[in-house]
Order: sequence, then structure tokens, then C-alpha cells
Amino acid sequence: MCKQTVIELTVNNHPGVMSHICGLFARRAYNVEGIACMPVNGGGRSMIWLLVNADQRLDQMIKQVDKLEDVLAVGRHDSGHEVFDKMAEFVG
Amino acid sequence: MKLSGAEIIIKLLERQGVETIAGIPGGANLPLYDALSHSSIRHILTRHEQGAGFIAQGMARVSGQPAVFFATSGPGATNTLTAIADAKLDSIPIICITGQVPLAMIGTDAFQEVDTYGLSVPITKHNYLVRSVDELLHVIPDAFRIAVSGRPGPVVIDVPKDVQTAMLDFEAWPEPGGRTAGPELMAPELSHAARMIDEAERPILYLGGGVIQSGSSEQALALAERASIPCAFTLMGLGIMPMDHPLCMGMLGMHGARHTNLALERCDLLIAVGVRFDDRATGKVPGFCPNARVIHMDIDPSELDKIKNAHASVTGDVADSLKGLFSLVERADRGAWLDEVAALKRDHPMIIPNGDDPCSPYGIILRAAELAGEDAIVCTDVGQHQMRTAQAYPFSHPRQWLTSGGLGTMGFGMPAAIGAALAAPDRMVLCFTGDGSIMMNIQDLATAMEHDVNVKIILTNNNALGLVRQQQDLFYGKRYFASDYARRVDFVKIAEGFGIRAWDLGTSGDPGAMLAEAMAQPGPCLIHVPISPDEPVYPMVPPGAANSEMIGGEANV
Repeated sequence: MCKQTVIELTVNNHPGVMSHICGLFARRAYNVEGIACMPVNGGGRSMIWLLVNADQRLDQMIKQVDKLEDVLAVGRHDSGHEVFDKMAEFVG
Repeated sequence: MKLSGAEIIIKLLERQGVETIAGIPGGANLPLYDALSHSSIRHILTRHEQGAGFIAQGMARVSGQPAVFFATSGPGATNTLTAIADAKLDSIPIICITGQVPLAMIGTDAFQEVDTYGLSVPITKHNYLVRSVDELLHVIPDAFRIAVSGRPGPVVIDVPKDVQTAMLDFEAWPEPGGRTAGPELMAPELSHAARMIDEAERPILYLGGGVIQSGSSEQALALAERASIPCAFTLMGLGIMPMDHPLCMGMLGMHGARHTNLALERCDLLIAVGVRFDDRATGKVPGFCPNARVIHMDIDPSELDKIKNAHASVTGDVADSLKGLFSLVERADRGAWLDEVAALKRDHPMIIPNGDDPCSPYGIILRAAELAGEDAIVCTDVGQHQMRTAQAYPFSHPRQWLTSGGLGTMGFGMPAAIGAALAAPDRMVLCFTGDGSIMMNIQDLATAMEHDVNVKIILTNNNALGLVRQQQDLFYGKRYFASDYARRVDFVKIAEGFGIRAWDLGTSGDPGAMLAEAMAQPGPCLIHVPISPDEPVYPMVPPGAANSEMIGGEANV
């Protein structure tokens, strides 16, 4: 299995943000394996976690995500993130 | 104070210093136009929204300032997309403000409804769908800040009709949005780069549009002269240095001169500044500067290591980086390397066939340049005429050269030339175009006529899609298909029908004199130059090949 990593984003919470982020991945044919998103700070911002395969394009993807106006911070968890461990319980 | 959304937009644009807006009204942006009618801002009514977008681009490319254009919802918005995508690829700061159906009707397939926000996501630097009137107070200044800060680019603001008519009571105007400072330079990055330059025996500066965007042409020239570094330019970088400067090697890449591509093959250090290693510039990447270490300087971190891994990268405004490097790099004369470059230039020069015949594809460019003088702005469409102008025109300063580089949009030239003339009314604008390209925005000849802009359109007509035909000639066994037009149109009559003076060099006994006469008249004109379809642009690197594998353009054959 391909090595996976989790990208953690802090973003402005409005209806277009998800399409900006997903569009970046989609137009480079870079599959997003898992997504979780929750509002923080009373709803003005959101946290998004993206579970992706760590191929050679990942650094370029992270730079592109970081350029988005509505993305305020980008983090990376190479050893996974428990949000996806919990979600995995739902899909068995 | 209490104002409508439309009035707030117009007032904010005035406060940003906007003087001219191109566009077309329609149902969904009429409140905006009603507010514009009370403004000091001049409106340029175009015949197609793509024309409005390229007029904005022409203004922005000449001035370096963001330019604004308007379109209505639905077809108005979709018509703008090509001009916006073009601005994205060439990093041009334009702001497109579109009307949208009222908020409650969004998503109902209302009349003239299209998802402008969704359509513009991949072709803008940023975009907005404004959902309440109070958002305008930060969206408009933010749009200007985003368009010009860092790596410039286009911004779309989609404003539903009821947001335009909604009233807002507010206390104070926001500050206009402007360019924010680039990222701080890292001193170790810079000194590492300087050391590499000092150690290099055969360095080349590879300079692109980023140098022009950052207003740092002088710094690039100063660095080149201090360390005796020959310079190669991307299509977007032409004008950074006068073409007759001893260190200038002209354009590199697919239609670059032989000596330029051969020198790059030989260099041991490539100093890439404000460039993005576009495939038309590099050819096959492993074959591009195969013997060189690479320094890459750019304001956009995502360009670094994207195509070619750099041995040293400098993130930041290249104006700052070049200034910093200048004081760190040692003076050098590099006599042996400059001799080698000069020998390459002597043995493999740029061949300009029939340069002294004003009815030849290159000759018309050179003669028009002579007549227009150094101060002229030069605009092109896309195709053979564009590559010939890039190869042969004696550019002398930055922002003199306007061309669609990244997207390669046929139809760019004439409306962009109108925009250039509006932004610089006291300069002559040359617009080199072809019969294929001009037809893609011919309607805005009417706009050129109405505003009496000083645009001299020089149309080389081979009744064909020349570069397509050239590829069929070279790579598809001369099977010319769908690249020759079956019948001819009369461009002289077309121009005259639009109320524009036209001259046909093909019917003249003294074409040189006719050209001079045409260019001496005020206002717009069209100069028609019939040429053969069988005149390829050489040299040419086949798509996918290394830049050393050039076809044609050889001396002594």
C-alpha cells in the first residue's frame, strides 16, 4: 500500500473554500482518500484534514494549497491523524 | 452615510484610482452601470466581453497597475473566461466584476444564470461571490491587494443584483488595497547564490516576466554588467534589456536563436529569475542546460523545484533578490566565456530572411519598428507573426512588449492594443497580427474606431493558420488539413466597414512609402500585408525535443 499522510488546514469558513481546495487536487488528478471538516472559533474558521497518498507531487500540492487566500495555515502529519482512525470505525 | 452596493463598488473603484473600465452592461449588472454613469470613471463599451478583458489586460500590462472590467451574468461572464485564464498564466493583475442573478434565484437555473464562481476557480488567483452588501467594503480593497501582491494575477468578483441594490449604512471608507511587501529574504540563501555565481565560469541569466512585474529590469542589467553574465529572455521577459546590448542573447526556447540555445547548452550555471521553466522555453527538461547548476529566484514558492530542482533557491521579490545579489557578487570580466558566446553568435546567428523587404514577414516588422521609434508599444496576437516579432523586434525597455505568452490566446492582440493605447494615449501602439488571430476578436475594431486610439494594426495575411500549417509541414508529412482557409476575406473592406482607414501593401508600387504614410496618420489604421503560407518560422525545436535539436534557421545553407 502507498504511504499515506494527513494534511491539516486552517481555513476561512465559507461556501467556496472546499471547492478551491478540492479543485487543486482534482485538476492535478491527485486523489483525496479521506476528508474531515469541522468549524472552529465559533464558525468563522474551519479545520480540514485531508488523507492523501504521499507521492512525489505532495510537496508541490502543499505549496499550492498554501497559496490559497482562504487557507490560513497548513500542517502535515506523516504518521496519520486520529480523526481518520475514528472515521475508519464507521466504514469497518 | 447610506449608499447602495453598486454605488459603494463604484466609489471604492474611484478610491483605488481606477480611471477607465471596459465592459458590457446586461440585466444583472445594470445597477452597477447606473452607478457608473454618475462617476468620473470613463467607460469603454466593447462589442464582446472577451475584448473588455483584453483591454483591461492591455492597460495593466503597460501600467503595471490593476485594471478593471465589467460583464453581466451568464453569457457575459462566460465570455470573459479566456481573458481571465490568459491573465492567470501571464500573472497580470486584472479584476473582473460580474453581475449575478439575485441571491434567492441562485441555483434555480434562472435566466442568464451561470456558476461564475465555480467556473472561475481554476483560472483566478482568487474569486468572490459576494453574499451581502457589507462584504463589499472589504472584498473590493482585498481584490486589489490580491491582484498586485506577491505574484500578480486576476481576481473575479461576482455580485448578485440584489446585493448591488441593497442599501448599507456605514461610517467610514476602508483604505484602498495595494501591494504588500514580499516575503523577507533569507540572507544565507542569497549569499549561497552569490558564491555560486562567483565560482561559475560560464553563467547565464535566464530572465522572465517576473523581472518586469517587479520593476527590476535595471537591477537585472546591473547584475549582468557587474559580473559579465550573458542574458537569455523568455517570451515574457523581452524588453528587460535593450536587444542591442552586448550581453543580450535574445529569446530562448522553441523559436529562440540558435546561438542562444547553444549557449544555454554550454553554461555551467543558470541563474533563473522570475521565470517558471515553461515547456516552450526549456524544451525537453533533462536536455535543458544539461551541464549547469541552477539558481532559481522567484516570489512564488510553488514555482521553485516545480519543473527543475534548483541547487540554490531564493524566495522573494526578485527586485529585492537582485539588489541583494548585486552587492554580494564580485565584479568579473569572464573574457573567455564572453568570447565563446560571441563566437556562437557569429557562427549561429539569428537569420532574418528578407529583412529589408517591407512586404516580407520579417521585413514589415523591422520597417514598422524603424518608423514607430523606441517609444512605441508593441502588441501581438498569437502565431507566426508573434514569434517573428519576438525574434526580430528591437525592444528597448520593459513593459513595451505585450503578448499572450502562457495561454497563447489568438484574439489577444487587437483589444490588448486598444487597452495599451488607452493607458498610454501619447504613445503609438503597433499591433502585429495574423488573419487567423484578428478574426477571433475582429468586432472590437468598432471600439478602436469609436475611441480613435493610436493603434496601427499590421496584418500579415497568409490565409492560413500558419503555425499549425508549419507543424503539419514538419511533423505530419505535409498533410495540410484544416489549416488553410478555403476562400479569402477582404480585410481592407472589413476595416473600412468598421470606419478604420486601411492600406494594402500588396497593391502598392512603393510599399515602404505606403507604410510610412499609413503610420503617419493619427488614430487607428489597418495595414494589410499579403504573405505566402509557405514561410515557416525558424529555428524551431520540435515539441518534446531538447532545445539543441533545432530545425532550420542555419547560416550558410
